[in-house]
Amino acid sequence: MTTPAAVPAPDRTATEPMVLARGLVKRFGDFTAVAGIDVEVAPGESFGFLGPNGAGKSSTMRMIGAVSPVTEGTLRVLGRDPAADGPEIRARLGVVPQEDALDQELSVEENLLIYGRYFDLPRKALRERIGELLDFVQLTDRRKAKVESLSGGMKRRLVIARSLINDPEMVLLDEPTTGLDPQARHVLWDRLYRLKQRGVTLILTTHYMDEAEQLCDRLVVMDGGRIVAEGSPRQLIETHTSREVVELRFPVGEQEAALERLDGLGERIEVLPDRVLVSTDDGDSTLAEVIGRGLTPAGTVTRRSTLEDVFLHLTGRRLVD
Amino acid sequence: MARSVTLRVVEGHARHYRHTWRGTTFSAIVTPVLFLSAMGLGLGSMVDSGRSAALGGIDYLSWLAPGLLAAAAMQNGAGDGSFPVIAGIKWLKTYDAALNTPVRPADLALGNLVWATARAAVAALVYVLVATAFGAMSFGRGLLATVPAVATAAGFCAAISAVTAQMRTEQGLAAIQRFLVVPLFLFAGTFFPVSQLPDAVAGFAWFVPLWHGVELSRALALGRAPTGPWAVHVAVVVGFLVVGAALSVASFHRRLHR
Ligand SMILES: Nc1ncnc2c1ncn2[C@@H]1O[C@H](COP(=O)(O)OP(=O)(O)OP(=O)(O)O)[C@@H](O)[C@H]1O
Ligand SMILES: [Mg+2]
Repeated sequence: MTTPAAVPAPDRTATEPMVLARGLVKRFGDFTAVAGIDVEVAPGESFGFLGPNGAGKSSTMRMIGAVSPVTEGTLRVLGRDPAADGPEIRARLGVVPQEDALDQELSVEENLLIYGRYFDLPRKALRERIGELLDFVQLTDRRKAKVESLSGGMKRRLVIARSLINDPEMVLLDEPTTGLDPQARHVLWDRLYRLKQRGVTLILTTHYMDEAEQLCDRLVVMDGGRIVAEGSPRQLIETHTSREVVELRFPVGEQEAALERLDGLGERIEVLPDRVLVSTDDGDSTLAEVIGRGLTPAGTVTRRSTLEDVFLHLTGRRLVD
Repeated sequence: MARSVTLRVVEGHARHYRHTWRGTTFSAIVTPVLFLSAMGLGLGSMVDSGRSAALGGIDYLSWLAPGLLAAAAMQNGAGDGSFPVIAGIKWLKTYDAALNTPVRPADLALGNLVWATARAAVAALVYVLVATAFGAMSFGRGLLATVPAVATAAGFCAAISAVTAQMRTEQGLAAIQRFLVVPLFLFAGTFFPVSQLPDAVAGFAWFVPLWHGVELSRALALGRAPTGPWAVHVAVVVGFLVVGAALSVASFHRRLHR
């Protein structure tokens, strides 16, 4: 017999989650904004909260950001209790709030300086850091410009730079790209992707499916303060909808009549005011059958299922109107 | 309570001030000077010819100047307890941003208070220089008189910021000006002794922190005893500040930590 191999050391790589929430509740008076959710976010992960207006995304983010007290349940952020260690937690977080909350009267640089000083960063190091960050978000030439004079997309980029001033371990982004044009959104996604590559944990909320699919390793769908589904974008699509969707548009006033004749088609039919969505595993044959049944839609689109379809299926409502 | 982060908030105010000082500084410094010329010199020439015994044999300008020092400081403090606070909460929402850092609501409340106190001190100092030039006080005594005046300013800033932090709209600010600041400015012993008021009203002065501040400033500037015991006047001014600061911290916390 050989001597037994040394007993392997217990696995220490299973690090503590960045966020751990159990039965998390937020109430404002009688109104329940977050109705008991469980969330766990691992280090380095990109995690998303997806949901329509009023789902409770921002309320959840503010609790995780240690700026809003938890009504019920337990919450640990970076292994600490936000109620007791708020300032210590916030010192290691970056936050992009839903509203920019920039000081419009001051310059880009001064906004960052004041914010950076709140973290007690030395002035000299701060000035260097501001240079790097403005480079990172492509605002270097706007350093001395008043915030007032920036476009919406530039302000959003500035807020991202602001959130990174303390070199945070985790960044909370509440609707980082809402209101931006497609090009500005892609610039932001690229920056966020680079952060993720550096190992920064990202938590974001969004109404946009493509954003969630681009940025999130894992996400939860929220509705009415509850989590209604959870998984990777792929998993959610696989679990909650079929592979493809056929969109049918009918001339005004003809959709009603057409619906009866679509009965039984595909796996499921969702009716929107302006079109009908047929979920199916084979778009082409479904479309052929539509025509076969003598229907003549004014327009048809066959596409892969998206998170939008997942959301529609789960809640019967659309995310963005 | 005091943390270095509180000072960082003060620093933020200072940085912001570099861009906005023109408007506020003008009114904080020029207004009392206008009052001093119009009331002290203009009105004073009439008062002095009437030889009013109520002033204790002192010329009106010298009697008015320290009272105005305290009353103007109160006005500055009250202003800094309202506009910057509603701006931070509502107009600019700068508090929202700050709260995502190690800053706590208490740091915002105390940071605003410290900054307002510093501003009131500078305004008081400038006022004393001007009053000295008018021959209304001696510079040394005037400096002493700024201490209770600035403490009064701080007390009002704290107390009014506690109220402002609970406001949903800015309409309350005008009400504070109209129904609190202006009446106090006029009736708390600044322009005439409260003893000139009907007895029932005059007794009420003991509950008015500004009156105690005015009494202390005037006593120090003129080098004579105040109306009441020193200890009572000091206790009210200091007590008002301490209670005001505690209320302000609690109010900020309640409004901002939701
Ligand atoms: N401070 C507050 N006081 C009272 N109710 C609030 C407060 N903040 C949020 N709510 C309510 O809680 C619910 C959830 O709001 P929350 O901002 O978390 O939603 P959200 O998912 O972020 O929505 P949106 O996509 O519109 O940003 C809403 O009905 C909202 O009106
Ligand atoms: Mg929101």
